[in-house]
Amino acid sequence: MQTAVKKETESSEWIEIGHINDIPRLGARVVSAGDFNIAVFRTENDEIFALRDECPHKGGPLSQGIVHGKRVACPLHDWKIHLDSGEAVAPDEGCAASYPVRIDGDAIYLSLTPKKGCPNK
Amino acid sequence: MKEKLVLIGNGMAGVRTLENLLELEPDMYDITVFGSEPYGNYNRILLSPVLTGEKTIDEIMLNDDAWYAENKITLHKGKTVTKIDRKQRKVIADDGTEVEYDRLLIATGSHPFIIPVPGHDLPGVIAFRDINDVDFMLAAAKEHRHAVVIGGGLLGLEAAYGLIQQGMKVTVIHLMDTLMERQLDSAAGKMLKKSLEARGLEFLLAASTKEIIGKKRVQGVLLEDGREATADLVVMAVGIRPNIDLAKSAMLHCERGLVVNDTMQTYDPRVYALGECVQHRNEVYGLVAPLFEQAKVCANHLAHLGYAKYEGSMTSTKLKVTGIDLFSAGDFHGDEDTEEVVMQDVAGGVYKKIVIRDNKIIGAVMYGDTIDGAWYFQLMRDGTDISDMRNHLLYGQAHLGDAGHGGENAVMAMSDDMEICGCNGVCKGDIVKAITTKGLFTLDDVRAHTKASSSCGSCTGLVEQLLATTLGSDYSDAPRKTPMCACTDHPHDEVRTGIIANQIKTIPEVMKHFEWKTENGCPKCRPALNYYLVCAWPDTYKDDGQSRFINERVHANIQKDGTYSVIPRMWGGDTTAKDLMSLAKIAEKYDVPTIHVTGGQRIDFLGIEKETLPKIWGDLSAAGFVSGHAYGKAMRTVKTCVGSEWCRFGTQNSTQMGIDLEKMSWGSWMPHKFKMAVSGCPRNCAEATIKDFGVVCVDSGYELHIGGNGGIKVRATDFLCNVTTPEEVIEYSAAFIQLYREDAHYLERTAPWVERIGLTSIKEQIVDNEVGRQKLAERFHFSQKYSQDDPWTQRAKGAEAHEFVPMKQVG
Repeated sequence: MQTAVKKETESSEWIEIGHINDIPRLGARVVSAGDFNIAVFRTENDEIFALRDECPHKGGPLSQGIVHGKRVACPLHDWKIHLDSGEAVAPDEGCAASYPVRIDGDAIYLSLTPKKGCPNK
Repeated sequence: MKEKLVLIGNGMAGVRTLENLLELEPDMYDITVFGSEPYGNYNRILLSPVLTGEKTIDEIMLNDDAWYAENKITLHKGKTVTKIDRKQRKVIADDGTEVEYDRLLIATGSHPFIIPVPGHDLPGVIAFRDINDVDFMLAAAKEHRHAVVIGGGLLGLEAAYGLIQQGMKVTVIHLMDTLMERQLDSAAGKMLKKSLEARGLEFLLAASTKEIIGKKRVQGVLLEDGREATADLVVMAVGIRPNIDLAKSAMLHCERGLVVNDTMQTYDPRVYALGECVQHRNEVYGLVAPLFEQAKVCANHLAHLGYAKYEGSMTSTKLKVTGIDLFSAGDFHGDEDTEEVVMQDVAGGVYKKIVIRDNKIIGAVMYGDTIDGAWYFQLMRDGTDISDMRNHLLYGQAHLGDAGHGGENAVMAMSDDMEICGCNGVCKGDIVKAITTKGLFTLDDVRAHTKASSSCGSCTGLVEQLLATTLGSDYSDAPRKTPMCACTDHPHDEVRTGIIANQIKTIPEVMKHFEWKTENGCPKCRPALNYYLVCAWPDTYKDDGQSRFINERVHANIQKDGTYSVIPRMWGGDTTAKDLMSLAKIAEKYDVPTIHVTGGQRIDFLGIEKETLPKIWGDLSAAGFVSGHAYGKAMRTVKTCVGSEWCRFGTQNSTQMGIDLEKMSWGSWMPHKFKMAVSGCPRNCAEATIKDFGVVCVDSGYELHIGGNGGIKVRATDFLCNVTTPEEVIEYSAAFIQLYREDAHYLERTAPWVERIGLTSIKEQIVDNEVGRQKLAERFHFSQKYSQDDPWTQRAKGAEAHEFVPMKQVG
């Protein structure tokens, strides 16, 4: 989708999406971005990651998967996806777009410009 | 200073020895290899698939140049060693290359035997032995039409089949009147001939070649009895002879082959030999499995370990012709002292013969259905006394009164020490262990890690089944010592017992106690632990939603497009006009795209968006419906017939019995899904004999059946006992359910569980032990007090709202 090369993520792009406790530990919530969803994950150590809510395999909603360590297992066919990069865990291959996240206090901010490096969407 | 090891013969046997040696002692030797062929080491037994076009030469390379470089092995390709100087301990090649050795390994393999009839040296006459021969045949197939293969043994038939695949018209000339007479008896040989004829091959049997005719090039083959066959290409595949010229010239003792002892040493202890060139205890082997067994022993000795001993091999054979299943092993002809068990179905293309001496299998031939070949071979090697299983021996190991996916069944039923890959000697246990501990997912992974299925490929199907059964959770029939998952070394039973014994109450505590290797488990162990805790502490454990699969977390079934299905309970399959109208109104209100009647006698709304779930549940709840748990490892449905209320054959009120059972057990979490049924008479319209718990009403009361399954693998129930009153049905079913809940592994259906712990054990605990039964039932009823709280009603009222609404709308 967004192929334009972006420089630094500008501060004006950060959108506040909620409080860290809105997301259960080892769980995820969905941010609706118009015609697609972004899954926002919270690990056991309160790290927050955001990925496009579509598994690179068959488009399964990653937000519904089981979070373990820094990975999520897609609910449809159990592909494992790295939360930080969006890359599928080998030997599977594929990538879900990854979005920058910033924590300020307990507030979570999300940028809608995906990080570089992931070939899809 | 390292010792110097020289290998003569860059083939499968020799290089396998080096591989084994490098695993044991990577730095012990400076290694030099001589090979006459201009290639690296390739898989000679896969030449047939190259000829048919099913594989390419690149695909059958085992060790490329890079492998030799990585392991610092000097490879002299295309150089033939012509002299061994044992006094000065060096070898000399045809180009003058000289290399000294401390130890020498001879693996020169074998020569194809060429019948010295007139014309055998005409252009167009070749053997089937190496890549050159395959290239030659492929080229001939492009320009010429007629091929003759002399030799109806394993190799000849594979060559003939390959040539037919390349579009040639092929005639096979065979000296004997049965094909593959060394591997098959005449009955199986005839069936093989028939299927090969159906594939277009023609045969001249009992045919002795007199002459190969031709002027500049081969034109035909003339037989002793005057018959003739046209040929533009003649492939000689009449056998192999050990290649021992070099060994003989070095004055090493040879008979039919180069003679070696049990540590693969020749009469000169510095000189080892193995493979098709050797003779060991009077046997010369031409199949791959013995060579690899020899390689293990040889490497062990070269590594100065010296504890391994080669004591000969028992071999089995499979033919690599697509679509023809054939297996033979041992002495399948028998004699006066042997008995034979035979099954022959010519029209169905199935033939099995087992030869028995003193209640032990000594040989087997199978055609058409070879799935149990590995089992017979194992029984044969182990010398198992088969007197107890004579009656069903021919039906195979999977014959346990069930039907369905027999193949999967077969591999599941194998014990851990049974061999899957005969070529590389890899057992089921090795493969399962590699899959679980190394996290293997694909056939290639398994090949890379265990070598199973990497040689002739005929066990590929079994390996794939093993992968499926090991990774797939539905049939975790794994032996007790298998860890729950890669996160831990502890098997299910240990963890369950430990939870109770140590009063462990949360998932993190379990992980700490059992020293989990991962931070917070994986999608395999977390749901299992959550279930074990739910089952152990029903009144106090706080269910961990994040350790549940999405379906159980949101109490609906995720569909392929990410929408959900909603199935309310319909007690015992009974409904009313009012209920149906409520359902119709709700379906209309939410514009439900698909309404489906399920196999469990209820109604399924499909295509519901996640955000809509709490709303539709609210309406269902208001109309008196509760969740059907169609999404959970939980009690699903109780299927019934109309029984004595309506049916002229009904013996008891099966409908009410079903409703009572469902009211008692709904809402309970289980190791896996759990289904029940009550049939009003032995006609069994509710199909109670393929349910986890089935009741068949009879005039005198109720027959109770357990452990049935109608899924991937059909299994009929085992009969548990008869009871006379509905109260007893309730008590026995509650006790059985609780026993299953407390004993089965997570994701183990009742069918494999019953087979694992045995019907006797269950009868002892449910039927024979009244106090135990009552205690089990009490524990179930206690647990139910905390689980019969409709999850839909709670969520319609706002529980777990974060699961159903987006965190934020942006963009």
